[in-house]
Amino acid sequence: MNRRHLIALLIGGSAAGGAVRLARAAAPGEIEIQASKFDFTPDIVKVKRGETITLVLTSIDRIHGFKMPDFGIRTDIIPDEERRVTLTPDRAGSFVFFCDVFCGDGHEEMSGTLVVDG
Amino acid sequence: MQHTDRRDFLKLAGLAGVTFTAGLFPGLKASAQMAGDFHFVQISDTHWGYKGPANPDAEHTLEKAIATVNGLSNKPDFIVFTGDLTHTTEDGAERRARMKRFKEIVSALNVKDVRFMPGEHDAALDKGVAFKEFFGATHYTFDHKGVHFVALDNVSDPGAKLGDEQLAWLAADLKQRKPDDRIVVLTHRPLFDLVPSWDWTTADGAKAIDLLMPYTNVVVFYGHIHQEHHHMTGHIAHHAAKSLIFPQAAPGTQPRRPPPLPFDASLKPLGTRDVAMSSTVTMTELPVTKG
Repeated sequence: MNRRHLIALLIGGSAAGGAVRLARAAAPGEIEIQASKFDFTPDIVKVKRGETITLVLTSIDRIHGFKMPDFGIRTDIIPDEERRVTLTPDRAGSFVFFCDVFCGDGHEEMSGTLVVDG
Repeated sequence: MQHTDRRDFLKLAGLAGVTFTAGLFPGLKASAQMAGDFHFVQISDTHWGYKGPANPDAEHTLEKAIATVNGLSNKPDFIVFTGDLTHTTEDGAERRARMKRFKEIVSALNVKDVRFMPGEHDAALDKGVAFKEFFGATHYTFDHKGVHFVALDNVSDPGAKLGDEQLAWLAADLKQRKPDDRIVVLTHRPLFDLVPSWDWTTADGAKAIDLLMPYTNVVVFYGHIHQEHHHMTGHIAHHAAKSLIFPQAAPGTQPRRPPPLPFDASLKPLGTRDVAMSSTVTMTELPVTKG
């Protein structure tokens, strides 16, 4: 299994009833997350503690937000643009991310979880 | 910013002269009625236009609450709606239709001094354009019997910001106040970080609290979280109101913000609030219906 495949497999899993989807293969260390009304795909992202990752954020419909308060991360996600956020989780656990740009009826449920193992 | 749990809040609140009154109905307790130089009613999160299992009674709940408020034996001086008057829709025509119908329904209130504020469901998708057409400015001040009221808009910006312009406006307004003036701040979202992972906060709310901190008699009333909640940031009390559509889970009880709580046919998790003001602030939670 090469690293591209490993990263693809690291994305997914299921917790709290979240959708399980595999993202397409990304460059090493990159995890693609697509925003659309009113979901993140994938909405469960699994990584290892101490591993440096880059979240590649895109939107297919309108401006969304991406906020992960536990790591002090927030950015707008604008259609036809890639927003890249690099982080190295220094602690294990489950950390919520969500859309913080009001996007319609369903906005309140638009969230996901970064699961850091180890 | 100092955060305080409920026990500390009650201690601080007692020192600050803030008291709670049990929400018995019909009729406010005589002591509550006489406690204030005046009283007003806060109504929040009516979400007119919502259709869903969280409130199968949605078409009638607002009218029931209006009947209850109209039945108060001691009529309030004014009524304030702290946002989410309507449930969101991406259709601008439908948004205006909901606002028009909402306005028609609340015209049945027998108190004619009614103040409106937007919530994100009213204003975030069009930056408050439709709201202003129907209800006027999204942030403003007014004075009533020696109390200075400041209505802040933390929802027209879809990123839940007050923004530098409004903060400068607030700073200029506060400069005209004396340090011990009684100031009531009205907002939709909490100004403080109630649950950041549920987005129950205002992106730049801490800046507003910093501006308010030099003033010794400040109290904040807000909505958004669909439940009674009390919190202190330093000496400033923040009181969240129940909604008239559906209750939300208690703050932070799950990692991800859960959907609305299941419908309770008794409508007990819903309600409005009477606020009596004198040297103290006395809150009485009012049920949707008298029965």
